[in-house]
Amino acid sequence: MPKITYREAVNQALFEEMHRDSSIIVFGEDVAEYEGSFKVTRGLLKEFGPERVFDTPISEAAIVGTAIGAALGGLRPAAELMTVNFAYVAMDQILNHLAVMRYMFGGQAALPVTLRMPGGGGHQLGAQHSHSLEVHFVHTPGLKVLCPATPADAKGLLKAALRDAGPVIFLEHEGLYNLAGEVPAEMEPARIGEAQVLRPGRDVTVVGYGAMTHAALAAAALLEAENVGAEVIDLRSLRPWDKAAVLESVARTHRAVVVEEPPPVCGIAAEVAVNIYENIFDELDAPVERVSGADAPMPYAKNLEQACIPRAEDVAAAARRALGR
Amino acid sequence: MKKSELLHAYYLMRLARGFEARVAEQYLKGRIGGFCHLYSGEEAVAVGAMWHLRKEDYVIGSYRDHAYYLIRGGDPRRAMAELFGHEDGCCKGKGGSMHLFDRGINFLGGYAIVAGMCPIAAGLAKAAAYRKEDRVVVCFFGDGATNQGVYHEALNMASLYKLPVVWVCENNYYAIGTSVPRSSARESLAAKATAYDMPVSTVDGMDFLKMQSAAGRAVAAARAGKGPSFIEAKCYRYRGHSMSDPGTYRSKEEVEYWKSRDPLPHLKRIIQDDFEAGEEEFAAIDARVARELDEAVRFAEAGRELPPEKRLEDVYAE
Ligand SMILES: Cc1ncc(C[n+]2csc(CCOP(=O)(O)OP(=O)(O)O)c2C)c(N)n1
Ligand SMILES: [Mg+2]
Repeated sequence: MPKITYREAVNQALFEEMHRDSSIIVFGEDVAEYEGSFKVTRGLLKEFGPERVFDTPISEAAIVGTAIGAALGGLRPAAELMTVNFAYVAMDQILNHLAVMRYMFGGQAALPVTLRMPGGGGHQLGAQHSHSLEVHFVHTPGLKVLCPATPADAKGLLKAALRDAGPVIFLEHEGLYNLAGEVPAEMEPARIGEAQVLRPGRDVTVVGYGAMTHAALAAAALLEAENVGAEVIDLRSLRPWDKAAVLESVARTHRAVVVEEPPPVCGIAAEVAVNIYENIFDELDAPVERVSGADAPMPYAKNLEQACIPRAEDVAAAARRALGR
Repeated sequence: MKKSELLHAYYLMRLARGFEARVAEQYLKGRIGGFCHLYSGEEAVAVGAMWHLRKEDYVIGSYRDHAYYLIRGGDPRRAMAELFGHEDGCCKGKGGSMHLFDRGINFLGGYAIVAGMCPIAAGLAKAAAYRKEDRVVVCFFGDGATNQGVYHEALNMASLYKLPVVWVCENNYYAIGTSVPRSSARESLAAKATAYDMPVSTVDGMDFLKMQSAAGRAVAAARAGKGPSFIEAKCYRYRGHSMSDPGTYRSKEEVEYWKSRDPLPHLKRIIQDDFEAGEEEFAAIDARVARELDEAVRFAEAGRELPPEKRLEDVYAE
C-alpha cells in the first residue's frame, strides 16, 4: 500500500472527489494561487480552474456564508478557513446559520457544506492562533464534526464529508500534516460516526482523537513496558461519536482514560466520561480519568506551551491512577 | 523640521530595521519560535504615523508589531526577551512576537486576528472621549484587514461617534500571497474608506516626511474633536509575509524596485541636502543602534522562561 502524508491524503481526497462530482467547489484565503498556507490544496487550481478553485479576501464570515448560499443554490462547497482560529470570526455564520437552517426551515434546506480547518497547538503560535475549537462545534446540534488522526482517515473521512448531506466541520491537525501512513490508492469513504480500535488491550481503555490519539498510542507503548495492556480507541468522529464502541471496550477493561487537547471544562472528555457513568457505572473499577489541555489561553513560551498540551507521559500517568498504581 | 528631529526619525527607522535583522538571525538559530513577521521596508510608515504623538496617546496594531513597540519607546531588551519567550519579556513570554504590549508606553498591543484590533481602537478612543482625556489613538493594520467585516463596523462607529482615531492602513500590496486587486473590489483603500465620511489620504509610505505630514493633519483633527481620519500608506515589506513564507508570489524586479526606494537612504539624502550633515553623524547613529541591539540580544540570552506552573496565572485578575 502506498505511504503518503496526512497533507497528501487530504489533497488526494479533494482531487478524487472533485473529479467525481463537478458540484464541488473549493475556496478560501490563499487556497488557489498560493496552494494553501499548509500547501494542502496544491495543484487544485491548475487541475480544476478558477471557477471551481478560488482565493477569497480575508473575510471568514463571508466565506462561510457564501458556502451556505452556494450549497442552497445546488453546489457542494468545500471551503477552507486558513486555520480554525479564524472560525471565531465566522461563528455567527457557522453556529447561527449553517447549523440550524435545515431544522429551522422544516428540513427543506439541504446544506452539503464541508468546512476544512487546520488547528491545534504546539507551534508556539500563542493565544490567538493555537485553539482547538472542536468543543464549540460539537456543542451545536446540526453539525457533524470529524477529527482524523491518520492519513488514511484524513482521506477516507474527507471523502465521506464531501459526499455527506452535511454540514460537516472537518478539523485537520497542523501537527499531523507531515505524518506518513499507508493509504489505499482506491478508497471508499469512511463511515462517519465510527470509532476505531488502533490497539487492543485488556487493562485500560484510552480514548483519543486527532493529535491526542497519538499521545494515547505513545502512552500505550510506555504502559506495555510496565505490563499494562492499554486499548486505544480513536474516536475519529466527534459528532456523532461512537458511544457503543467506547462502552463495549470500557465494559471489558473496567477502566477508562479520555484524552483531549482543549481545556477540560464542558469538554469532549467530560462528555465521554458522563456517558460511561450513565451507562456502565457498575462496570467501572475506578473513576474515569480525563487528560485535557490546560485551563488557560495558550502561552507562547515553549516550556509553558508544552506544559499546556497533554503528553504521552500525562496519559500514562492517568492510566496508572486508574489502575491504582 | 529641525535637523535633530530628522536625525531622530532616522535613528528610529534604523533601530526598527536593525531589530528585525537581529530577530531574523535569532529565529534561524531557533531561539525565537512561532509566527514572526518583520516590518523591514515599512519603517517610514510607523515613524511618520507616530511622529506627532504624545506620551498619553495610544498605539495599537497588528502582529507585525516589533516596530510599533520600539518606535513608541519600548525597551528593545524586553522586546527581544519576549521573542525568546522569557519571563523578563514585555509580556512575560506569554505573548511572543505577535503580541507585544506595554502599558508604560501606551502601546496597547499587537493582535494576530486580522482587523481584530480595529474596534478595540475605537473603544480606546471612546474611553478617552468620555473621560475627557486629551488622547488620540493610532491604529495600524494591513490592506488585507480592509476586507474584514469588523474593520468596516469599527470605521463606521468611530466616524459616527466622532472618535479620536487615526486609521493607518499599511498597504504593502499583499495579504500573504493575495494582492490587493485580487482581494479588494475597490483597489484604492482610501476610496473604500470614504464610505464612512471622514478625511482620507493616500501617502507614499516610503517617505517619512510625507507620512508625518499626513499624520500631523490627522492627529490634529482627532485632538480638535473632529473625529477620525484614514491614511492609506503605500509601502512594501521586503521579506516574506512571515519568517516561514518564501514570498515566491512577488517578482524579484518588484522587490528590487521597492528596495531602490528604501526610506532610510531617502531620509538620509534629505538631511544631507538640507543641512550640513557629515557621514560621521549617521555612523554615530548606526553605532548607537548596534550597541542597543547587542545589548538587547545579550539581555535575552541571559534570561529564562517562567516556571511551567505560571502558565495558569494571569487568566483572571486574582
Ligand atoms: C481573521 C484572520 N484571518 C486570517 C489570518 C491569517 N493571516 C495572518 S496575516 C494575513 C494577511 C494579512 O495581510 P494584511 O492585512 O495586508 O497585513 P500584512 O501582513 O501585509 O502586514 C492573514 C491572511 C488571520 N491572522 N486572521
Ligand atoms: Mg498587506
